[in-house]
Amino acid sequence: MRFERYGIGIAKGMALTFKHLFRRPITTQYPEERLVTSRRIRGNELVWDREKCTGCATCAKSCPQGAIQIVTSVSTEENKYEVEKFEVDTGYCIFCGLCVESCPYEALFMGYAYERARYRRGELILVKEGLLASDERKPSGYARPKIEAALPQQTLLLDRDKVRK
Amino acid sequence: MSIFNPSLNLFNCYLEALPPDWPGGFWLHWGLFVVIILAFVMVMIMGFIWFERRGLGRFQVRLGPNRTGPFGLLQPVADAIKILIKEDIIPAKGDKWVHWLAPVVAFVPVLMIFAVVPFQDGALLADLNIGILYVVALSSISVVGIFMAGWGSNNKFSLIGAMRTVAQAVSYEIPLVLAIIGVVLIAGSLSMNEIVKAQSIPFILLQPLGFLIFFMAACAEINRTPFDLLEAESELVAGYHTEYSGMKFALFYLVEYAEVLAVSAIITTLFLGGWRGPVLPPFLWFLIKVFAVFFLIFWVRSTIPRIRVDQLMAFAWKCLLPLALLNLFITAIEVVVWPEALPWTIIFLNLAIMAVLIVLWSKFFRLGGGRVEV
Repeated sequence: MRFERYGIGIAKGMALTFKHLFRRPITTQYPEERLVTSRRIRGNELVWDREKCTGCATCAKSCPQGAIQIVTSVSTEENKYEVEKFEVDTGYCIFCGLCVESCPYEALFMGYAYERARYRRGELILVKEGLLASDERKPSGYARPKIEAALPQQTLLLDRDKVRK
Repeated sequence: MSIFNPSLNLFNCYLEALPPDWPGGFWLHWGLFVVIILAFVMVMIMGFIWFERRGLGRFQVRLGPNRTGPFGLLQPVADAIKILIKEDIIPAKGDKWVHWLAPVVAFVPVLMIFAVVPFQDGALLADLNIGILYVVALSSISVVGIFMAGWGSNNKFSLIGAMRTVAQAVSYEIPLVLAIIGVVLIAGSLSMNEIVKAQSIPFILLQPLGFLIFFMAACAEINRTPFDLLEAESELVAGYHTEYSGMKFALFYLVEYAEVLAVSAIITTLFLGGWRGPVLPPFLWFLIKVFAVFFLIFWVRSTIPRIRVDQLMAFAWKCLLPLALLNLFITAIEVVVWPEALPWTIIFLNLAIMAVLIVLWSKFFRLGGGRVEV
């Protein structure tokens, strides 16, 4: 070792670390502060639109895990399939999004929420009413450009200061 | 006061320990200051731990602990409670007595240093006329405690860490003391209070090189980061306190921070004018300066990576020691030849000498192997 630069290197390093004092901390204090996720996030809280769904079961066929179960019956009054059972075992879900991409009527969406921790495995199985959209369960913009356009830009991997301007 | 009459001299010492208009007697002064010093050290250590963890966090662009209490102020308390209820483990084949005594031997001398640190004019436990010598003598005892810890643990990492710290402490003691002598020469006294009183200009201006040497050597003495080889976690797990847990570990942790506090207080007293300062009360000035020095110490910690053992030794013996000797020599000449010189000429002269010496040493000395551009 030798002081080749007469200790100026040390002084430069000290100045650099001093500048870091005035930078915004990178920490996000999670429960209070949340980053905005990607607009096309593939959260596995699937969101289902009861009105648009025709019960064609394309999603169930495209699912590589076989996590979606659909049972339909014929409704003669309305002249269409009645969805009797729509059940997604999200414990098996691998976030591939094929069900959403394959849905011909845009009735199925990936979830925008990501806090999926549960105390029991049974709670991971979503059935009809639990799959509908609500304020906590927003649909994500994955394969749905119209929804994507309405969502805020993500702050997860971008420079947060630039996004806020 | 005659130096041939030791009893009278001792008596005068006691008298000088009293502030001039103190209402009580010697014992009241003594008891009060023991309580004040204990409280001061404990509270300041907690403050330092909080300050360093938050400060280091900001240096690393994160927040640091902020969940316990307002601004995380209760974090040291929470840590202390956690560490108190932990199990106390003694290695089966360790030297039980040495293992048990080591934290005490390390901690007590550090606490004793504060007896001679002046918080205000005359506000100190004992105004020893050999104050700074007493500090130097005591500060090397805690190394014995650390070595006992390394020996008593019966663990190779502990022993290597302890051996390193002994070698390091012995090497860095010499430039440290030589840098102190420069200050003592200018002040004309070994008493800490007299040294502060002599500083109408802070000695950091009159002794810039001495300050640098003292700062670096002191950082090595107390094992702060560029020189923290004894607990290098990437090599030695935790060094000498690998086998310690519970309250004994807490004592070593306290020693670490009490030493930093002691060094900050001594640098404040020797180089920054101690309690002197305008407007604010002297005690507050002392605290502000102590915190400023501590900030500098952990600023260095946040910047500079740990150096190697050979570089550590070479730095002490090839760089700091000759520089300290030259500094002492130059200071002695200045004190003898121009005792009444204008302070500003001396200040600029000393700054120029410092620059020249640093350039010379950077050009001509290799400090251990490896190529590091610094």
